[in-house]
Amino acid sequence: MNRYLRYSIPLIIFVVIALFLGWGLRQDYDPKHIPSPLIGKSIPTFSLPSLEQAETVISDKDLLGNVYLLNVWATWCVSCRAEHETLVQLARTGKVDIIGLNWKDERDKAEVWLRQLGNPYSVNIFDKKGRTAIDLGVYGAPETFLVDSQGIIRYKHAGPVTMQLVNDTILPIVEQLKSKG
Amino acid sequence: MRRLFFVLSLLFLSHTAFSATLAEYSFETPQQDDDFRAIIEEMRCLVCQNESLAGSNAELAVDLRNEIYDMMQAGQGKDEIIDFMVARYGDFVLYSPPVKPSTYPLWFGPILLFIIGAVVLMTILRKKNRSREAELSTEEQQRLDNLLKQSTDSRNADQ
Repeated sequence: MNRYLRYSIPLIIFVVIALFLGWGLRQDYDPKHIPSPLIGKSIPTFSLPSLEQAETVISDKDLLGNVYLLNVWATWCVSCRAEHETLVQLARTGKVDIIGLNWKDERDKAEVWLRQLGNPYSVNIFDKKGRTAIDLGVYGAPETFLVDSQGIIRYKHAGPVTMQLVNDTILPIVEQLKSKG
Repeated sequence: MRRLFFVLSLLFLSHTAFSATLAEYSFETPQQDDDFRAIIEEMRCLVCQNESLAGSNAELAVDLRNEIYDMMQAGQGKDEIIDFMVARYGDFVLYSPPVKPSTYPLWFGPILLFIIGAVVLMTILRKKNRSREAELSTEEQQRLDNLLKQSTDSRNADQ
């Protein structure tokens, strides 16, 4: 009995290590994910020009009263291009408003992008310096925030939005927030 | 050897290049300069997560360095700057996370593992000692001596 126990020690160690490593490889695990401390908090105050009309100023107050997605994007961001089609499709369903935060970008490039790939955004905020992105804790585009009608951030996703994420996670929260009023 | 020197000198060159990126931040007192360097050394760059804000050349790191510089110029202290960063990026930006329930495993896990290891080691050593104490009885010792003697005798006989 003692001998069996002794010989099984390497096996037990192997199984324990394998379980730990396997846990680290699980599919929904992203080691780069950083939990946002902003969930449950108001979106930061800002006052920035719109991308489409440089003279129009948009502030956080203008966005109150509506559940919306705030999508941080830029033309230099490859993953943003990858998710763009999903956003266009989501916008077409009319289930939720999408506001764009154009991050550290150039106005003319961004305009060309929207003309060529389609514009899913009801409005775009032009954050040339990236100061509002810092207040939002953005560390890489694309990032997407779900904001309720009181201006409180309810959910955040870092990385490209996929149709699966939209259907499984984003839209259920949107419906929940809208039914609450 | 010459090649080694070459590589080493390259390393030193790269260090001066790296320091130059921080030269653009000038302060009135050396104390402020030290504080600034200390703060950005303690903060993790969020883009290249194994680099500090001081060492990273990622664009976001540059922006955050500028932001921290501006805050210091405006007379804000270290605590205020840390609060500012944590409010936006969470404890993740800190290389040394605060002690709180969610970080207990991080802070006390190694000590716990050490204690477990020490206990296991002690038990094994103690067991070994005990088995050594339980040596042969006089009867067994006698038998062993006889056997050894026999084998040396037979070997001598062979030769």
